[in-house]
Amino acid sequence: MAAPKKAAASTAQDKTDGGSPPEFTREQELKALRDMLLIRRFEEKAGQLYGMGAIGGFCHLYIGQEAVVVGMQMALKQGDQVITGYRDHGHMLATGMEANGVMAELTGRRGGYSKGKGGSMHMFSKEKHFYGGHGIVGAQVSLGTGLAFANHYRSNDNVSVTYFGDGAANQGQVYESFNMAELWKLPVIYVIENNRYAMGTSVSRASAQQDFSKRGASFNIPGQQVDGMDVRAVKAAGDEAAAWCRAGKGPFILEMQTYRYRGHSMSDPAKYRTREEVEKVRHDQDPIEQVRNRLLAAKVSEQDLKAIDAEVRDIVNASADFAQHDPEPDAAELWTDIYR
Amino acid sequence: MPIQVLMPALSPTMEKGNLAKWLKKEGETIKSGDVIAEIETDKATMEVEATDEGTLGKILIPEGTADVAVNTPIATILADGESAADLAKAPAPQQKAAESAAPAAAKAEAPAPKAAPAPQAVAEPDPEVPAGTEMVTQTIREALRDAMAEEMRRDADVFVMGEEVAEYQGAYKVTQGLLQEFGAKRVIDTPITEHGFAGIGVGAAMTGLKPIVEFMTFNFAMQAIDQIINSAAKTLYMSGGQMGCSIVFRGPNGAAARVAAQHSQDYSSWYSNVPGLKVVAPFSAADYKGLLKAAIRDPNPVIFLENEMLYGHTGEVPKLDDFVIPIGKARIVRSGSHVTIISWSNGMSYALKAADELAKDGIEAEVIDLRTLRPMDTGTIVNSVKKTGRAVTVEEGWAQSGVGAEIAARIMENAFDYLDAPVARVSGKDVPMPYAANLEKLALPSAAEVVEAAKAVCYR
Repeated sequence: MAAPKKAAASTAQDKTDGGSPPEFTREQELKALRDMLLIRRFEEKAGQLYGMGAIGGFCHLYIGQEAVVVGMQMALKQGDQVITGYRDHGHMLATGMEANGVMAELTGRRGGYSKGKGGSMHMFSKEKHFYGGHGIVGAQVSLGTGLAFANHYRSNDNVSVTYFGDGAANQGQVYESFNMAELWKLPVIYVIENNRYAMGTSVSRASAQQDFSKRGASFNIPGQQVDGMDVRAVKAAGDEAAAWCRAGKGPFILEMQTYRYRGHSMSDPAKYRTREEVEKVRHDQDPIEQVRNRLLAAKVSEQDLKAIDAEVRDIVNASADFAQHDPEPDAAELWTDIYR
Repeated sequence: MPIQVLMPALSPTMEKGNLAKWLKKEGETIKSGDVIAEIETDKATMEVEATDEGTLGKILIPEGTADVAVNTPIATILADGESAADLAKAPAPQQKAAESAAPAAAKAEAPAPKAAPAPQAVAEPDPEVPAGTEMVTQTIREALRDAMAEEMRRDADVFVMGEEVAEYQGAYKVTQGLLQEFGAKRVIDTPITEHGFAGIGVGAAMTGLKPIVEFMTFNFAMQAIDQIINSAAKTLYMSGGQMGCSIVFRGPNGAAARVAAQHSQDYSSWYSNVPGLKVVAPFSAADYKGLLKAAIRDPNPVIFLENEMLYGHTGEVPKLDDFVIPIGKARIVRSGSHVTIISWSNGMSYALKAADELAKDGIEAEVIDLRTLRPMDTGTIVNSVKKTGRAVTVEEGWAQSGVGAEIAARIMENAFDYLDAPVARVSGKDVPMPYAANLEKLALPSAAEVVEAAKAVCYR
């Protein structure tokens, strides 16, 4: 079976008008807007709480990249697994995990998804099929391939969606995993979130092959570049990749061309790029504004959009309140969950 | 002069084999490279190729003969112009089998001379085995295979993956027959890609499957140690108890024979340092079987450290439908009152031999086989030391930050007032493993060193 033809790439770096993605229904647009706004407002609040000292350690915000997880999630079905690296808050909210539990984990409280023992980079939800939250760059790629292995072993038609960044794409175990995934025809979508910077190192300074959709070429894994700022393009690519995997054809690579507005982590002064570069992407390509503008053009009232905004703000404010008032874990928790 | 063909050693640990079949008859012409016979070991059947030309003069060992020792003359080859009358002139057996016959296929294992001596008879009955249980004699290799096969029959979520585990029947033949019984879906050959397949195993385990990941040796698992520790050992804790993984990482650990520094490291102390892992390192065939079954059932990640030198050793294994030994319990294999010797895995070879030697001098050593390194059975060690007042630890690994150091600390913390002498450690020397036979021997512990240490703590 031949690889599907490469969709016209419309990139964050160089946006073209070639091949506009399929339109969303009004319901889909509204859902995408609401889910992306939830992530944006949540992350803004997490940034504030970090500044107040309520969140410690590392905290990597997803602002700017929201269309990737929201669009992909719209392409999935019940039982599909999601796994990612350390920039994971958006993925958790997109899978339907509760804002309260995520925020309380950020503040290290007992009501957090990991009872306060995992923190920003380590949360999981069996119920939502979210497998972490991993702090070692690239490790989630082998693990996500293992989730796909389990689907294959159990002969179900679920897909593992394995997210990693342009930085992780240079780790050796990524290619070990690609090889076995194609060899054994495992149902895994490798979503490479190319936000153009691995911490402070731009793609051009770190990658000999900067077209990440080609990174599976020597394993015969098909790949596609996707405008990761357009939630419709993401969903369309996700649909195609998921169908490929569910048909037993093996893995699929999606390079999501996206952008992170904030620094790598809260302590990053972001001296490696200009303010103008960030502002230009924000102004021209913001994933949320794209949807909002389309909805307004389609005569959805400002009033209705404000209602969504208000609902999201309520959820986020409530989560911040919960996360600051929930007690810390009991001291006895130090010694639990080491063995089952 | 007629040339003798000697019984070849086909693997590092082979001491004897069966002469399964002669493919040439007396009087037949033999060219270099001809396959002349088939030899069977407990691992495999191998072909013997002639390296000399001539006529097969006389078959000295008929086909079907079992347990032919390595280097026994099995046939003679007559050179051109020689006749049967010349057979009487055949020389005494040469010491190098390879000169007259060589195994046809290369083996994954490195060549080596002889296996360590078989375990001594143990004095103490195993409390896990009901009195009167029928026993079967098995190699450790077979005990491991049976443990996996029994657990795979019992639970469809159990599968085996690793390099050469399926078609090749295991680099050390531990997975022999599993592919035939369970099929390629559950016995999975991987590419040479330890980091990747360890991660795939852990990911599969997070969904509830129960992988047995075989490393061809634990030396290669250093490529995978990030997944073992950061992913397998820590996820249960990091997820607040939501998501753990039931997985066994197994394979030979420590020194084999003549394979030098990169293939001879003992990882006992490395893995036993990590909370979230269980670490098992048995010595006897019965323990290998019962503890591997327990490891496969355990809901946590288990590091199962085997020893290549022991694979061919035989022992008595209880003939029970479901023989499982609990993880975390040491066993007193020989009781005594003068000094406690604590070891595990192949270290027990030196410990038991030393105990025999010490007995000749009137020193009765109590020998403890730890079997599990984490969780460590401190109680059994401490109770013994309270009785003997003296302790010697024996390990093949390095002393610094070693398991012996940990045992010594626990004895100090829990039985300081009972000690009549400082705890002595016998360990591998603080050097990378050398290749030369004499240096390798010096680098490893010996029974003589254990005897010396035991006498020292007894002030003898």
